[in-house]
Order: sequence, then C-alpha cells, then structure tokens
Amino acid sequence: MTAVRRSGGLAVGLAVLLTAGPPDRLTAQDTSAIDRGVRIGIVYRPGVRPGLVVLPGGGAGLDSVRAILARDLDFSDRFELITLPGGDSIRITAAPPAPALPARGAPATTRAAGSEKRAGSGPASLNYPLYQALGADFAVAIGAAGDSTVVTVHDVAAGGVRRELRARVPPPKDPGFRMAVHRLSDKILEATLGVAGIAATRVLFVMEGKVYMIDQDGAERKLVSSSDRQAMSPAWAPDGRRFAYMEFSAGHGQLFAQDLATGRRTPVVTTGSALDFTPAFSPDGRTLAFSRATEEGTDLYTVNIKDNCCLQRLTVGRFSDNLSPTYSPDGHRIAFVSTRSGLPQVYLMAADGTDQQLFAPFDYGVTGSSNAPDWSPDGQSVAFHRDVGGTLQIFVLDARTRAVRQLTSLGRNEDPTWAPDSRHMAFVSDRSGYRQLWIIDLETGRIRPLLQQSGARLPAWSPRLPEATASTP
Amino acid sequence: MKRAHLLVLAGLTAAVAGARCGGSAPPQQVTPQTNDDSAAAERARVADSIARAEAEARAREEEERLRRQREADAMAAAGNTTEAMRTLLGTMIHFEYDQANIRSDDAGVLDQKVAILQANPDTRIRISGHCDERGSDEYNLALGNRRATSAKQYLVSHGIDAGRIETVSYGEERPLAPGHDDNAWAQNRRGEFEIIAGGEALRQP
Repeated sequence: MTAVRRSGGLAVGLAVLLTAGPPDRLTAQDTSAIDRGVRIGIVYRPGVRPGLVVLPGGGAGLDSVRAILARDLDFSDRFELITLPGGDSIRITAAPPAPALPARGAPATTRAAGSEKRAGSGPASLNYPLYQALGADFAVAIGAAGDSTVVTVHDVAAGGVRRELRARVPPPKDPGFRMAVHRLSDKILEATLGVAGIAATRVLFVMEGKVYMIDQDGAERKLVSSSDRQAMSPAWAPDGRRFAYMEFSAGHGQLFAQDLATGRRTPVVTTGSALDFTPAFSPDGRTLAFSRATEEGTDLYTVNIKDNCCLQRLTVGRFSDNLSPTYSPDGHRIAFVSTRSGLPQVYLMAADGTDQQLFAPFDYGVTGSSNAPDWSPDGQSVAFHRDVGGTLQIFVLDARTRAVRQLTSLGRNEDPTWAPDSRHMAFVSDRSGYRQLWIIDLETGRIRPLLQQSGARLPAWSPRLPEATASTP
Repeated sequence: MKRAHLLVLAGLTAAVAGARCGGSAPPQQVTPQTNDDSAAAERARVADSIARAEAEARAREEEERLRRQREADAMAAAGNTTEAMRTLLGTMIHFEYDQANIRSDDAGVLDQKVAILQANPDTRIRISGHCDERGSDEYNLALGNRRATSAKQYLVSHGIDAGRIETVSYGEERPLAPGHDDNAWAQNRRGEFEIIAGGEALRQP
C-alpha cells in the first residue's frame, strides 16, 4: 500500500484503498487513512501540481506556525498554493458529508486524538466540494491540543482526513521553534505526496571570510566559524552534525572539522603544513577527501576523518591541478576537477583513485573552464559551473548518459549545491546586480533568493538534519 | 661646574664677613686680614680652573656630538640600503588572466631579486600568488599556487636555494584593488614577495 502511495507521489497516482485488508496492516499504516471501501481515482493531474490550501483559524499563537508552514510548502515547489479570497469568510465548517474519521481497525489513540481535536480546535471536517471547486487537492488545518500543535491534512478529492500530525512545537521565542515547524512541514509533504521534503535543512556559506549557516527558507542566519582567520569551502558531514572547512593560517591552508552543536573544532590531521582546501566527506562519513597544493601542482588526497589518520594520495598529476572532489552517494566514485588537458574540466575516478577518466565531455579549445562539481544525493546528476563567453553558468551532467545541459543563462551563476531532494539547488548569482545566494527548483524552473545580501558565496546544502542538531541553538 | 660656583660663593661670604666685622672686632679678627692676598690668589685660581673645566667640557660635548652625527649618518646610509633592498625584494609581479607564466616585463624585477638574495644569503622570502575575481573561487587557490610556484621556479633556476623560498596561494581572497574592472583585475593578478627572515640589514649586491 505504501508503495502504491509513493508512486502516487509522481505525476499520476492511483490511490487504491482496500478496506478488506488485514487490520494490522492498517494500524501499521497511517492512523487516519481514508476508510470507505474501494476507491480508484486520479489524485494528481499530469503536469499540474496538486492544489493545497492552508486553512486560516485554529486558535491564538498559531499565526507564526501557519506562516512558516505555508512558506515551506510553497518553497517545496510541489503544490499550487491556493489563497482563499477574503480569508475566513469562505471557510464553511459545517460540511454536509460526515467526516471520514477512522472507524474500524484504527488504534484507540487515534480515536482519542480525533475527539480531542473536535473538542479543542473546531470541527475536523470541511466543505470538501467547495475546496475542490477552488482547485484544492489538499487542505491543511492547524490547531492546538494541550501543548501539542495538531496539523490535520485533508484529502479534498477523497473528502476525508488523510492524516493528523502532532508535534511539540516550542514557543516562537525558543531557538528550536522554526526547525520544529520545518519538521512539521516535511511531515505534511510526506502525508500528502509521500515524498521527503527539504524544509528541515540548512545551508552553510561563506561571507567576508567567515562561515555562516541559514535555514533553507532564508531565516535564522548565524555565524558558525569560530576564528578570525579567513575561511572557505564549508562541506557538510553526511550526519548533518558536523562540517569541514578550510582556513588560511600563516602561509598555509588548514582543514578543520567542527561540531555544530558544541562549536568544538578539530584540526584535520596532516593538514596545515601545506595549502589544503576543498574538503568533501565520503557518504559514510569516515573519509575526508581534499586538495593539496604544492610546488608540483594540486592533487587529491584522503584522510580517515573518523580516526584522524592515514593520509592517502589519489592523483599524481605532476604540474597539473586536481581539486574539488565530490563523492557519488554510494561512495564508490569521486568526481573532481582537473587541468590535465589544459583548462579545468570535470573528471571521474574510483574512490581509491583508480580508473581516472573524463566525466563531463567538452570540446577542446572551445568549451570554457568547468569547476565546482557537486554530485546530487540521488546519484543521477553532477552539477557544476562552466565559463560561457567570459561568465559562469550552471550545467547539469547526467551521470549515466554523460549528457550535459545548461541550466542558467541570466547573469553569472556559480557554485551549485544540491538539496537533499535532488531537485532544488542553491547557487551564487549576480542576476540581481550583485552576487547573492539563490535557490532554483529544477522541476519547475522557479527561482527564489535565499539570502538577499551581497558577498555570500560557496554555499553547501545540508543533508536532512537530525533532531538533535536542529533543536540546538 | 656647580661645585666651582659653590667654592666661589664660600670664598666671597668669608671675605664679606671679615670686612663687615672691621672696627669693633675682637682680637681674633686679625686672622682674616692677614689672609687677604692669599684669598684673592685662591679666587683667581678657582676662576681659572672653572674656565678650564668649562672649555674641556665644551670640547668633550662637541666631540660627542660629532661622533653621534657620524654614527647617525652611517646608520641612515645602511638603513637606506636596507630599505631600498627591501623595496626591490617586495616589488610585485603580475600575470595574464588564468596564466601562471612569468611575463617578460617582470623578468627584470625577478632578476633584481635574484641579485639581492645572492648578496644576502641569510634572507628568506615567501611568495604569495593571487588571482582576480573572475575565475572560480576554489580553482583560484590552485591557480594562485601555480603563480607563486612559477615565480619561485624562476628564482631557483637563477641560482637561489629552493629552501629559502616558501610559497602560498590566497586565490582571489585578498584583492589589492577593490574594483570590478580590467584595471582592478590586472592589479589583483599578482605575486607578492615578503621577507620572512634575515631582513634586518640588507647589503647591496
């Protein structure tokens, strides 16, 4: 059943629901599953994003929650967000059809939650035909029950509650508030489309020589690098709890790994006596690949970041430069930049340095420099930027077919970094007149600024963040 | 000098006291009168010695002043040389866009550095490579490294021990000119030279 739902998250989905299924399967499933016999229906129209409306009301103190949720859902670029004309006036709560609340096979807790909700924050039922007429496929109601925030996800087409989500959201002044709401947003995405969202993620970047972190919705910018020295190239560890970066010391470049919760930073072993830069974690978090510039040129190395030992050299490009490593998500391969044929281009090798080959094809003498590759979390693409007529544009390489397509054309666009959903990407662009951080959705082509401040660069999008890090101030 | 004045004062006081007590003086007043001539002689002698001491002191002062002047002149001359050598050693070189080879007009600048480094074998330098903002931020670290290395290779190939030269790259992270035009970019694509040891007193080649 889950599998069917998930495939429904693609363009066309068939929601097949069987009441005759074993009760334990239903309990393992979503608690408020629609339960009214066999239903076969097309939930999503091909090529059209499902409509979603975030309902007003729900009680005092929830306005911030609603605003953040609505923005997250909008920024997911997976819905057509419907604005209600005249706000509250259109909400007709006394719906003619009986609410499709769980009856059979549902656990007792759900029933209790349902009745509590009815008592606490208004009826759980909607005038579904009305919202359907407005183009909504989903309606999201926000309420409170006790010290929990309750989000009711209505399936408008099916005329029932799809899911009821509960979360403890700290008060808005609490440093964990926004991230708690972002998590709720991701749960709504999971409940509606069966896909994992990117609301609870952050982006590291460099500004004026310091490393900053910002929520994906552009809020909560804060300084995370702890020294006065010039820093560059932040890179997330796959657990989302640490990051590595490079710092200029007297005449050298040293790599550090820093814990985000404690701020404690550890120098990466063997680095600091040369110019070491562009760190990248392997997907298992055990290895850190990086570039080392010496008088022989720049070459790629790895160290065991877990035990802080064991330097290994991956490239031996005498008098050529090899830099900017990025691991494939399975950890078996590394894409990197090399000047072995002249201008920097994107190459590929096995993670142990063998089998080096060209990755992104180019025309010798015609194609400009290509730099800053970033392998997408789904493994399918490698984004990089390439010099086109004296300015930089972002390209996407298909890792399987090795076809390259240009993604941007307006202004100078560089340093792409994939979001965990492999469809959003943060990058640096001067399209607005000065260099700042932007986010593009590759599916819809929609572009929004992440940070409207000049000078931000070298962004690194986090993986989906674990609870502990996210709630830490 | 002070002591000489005090002596004169003491002598004068003694003489005045003797004269004032003239008429109704007790018998013992005779003694000052008999000493009158010798007191005058003593005064003259003291005055002479004062003049002599003063002249000597003046001469010594003048000598000291001249010596100091000579020393200062010598130091200034040496300082000028050191300063001049430092300036020559610190002269920057520049590069073409995305290139690390030494331009022909910069070869003379590097030749001067070779001569100075040869005349001052204890001097060690650090070369830093820099880039303009047009290239990729991270690639520019590698490019800056190639620029610094290329300048070092030039010096080494002209006879300077490689161990005396460190290299470093700052990519585009430390621009010299703040602008965003050809002029600023040309200034920022550079190699900088910094003395890291043995730069206190530099000899002219």
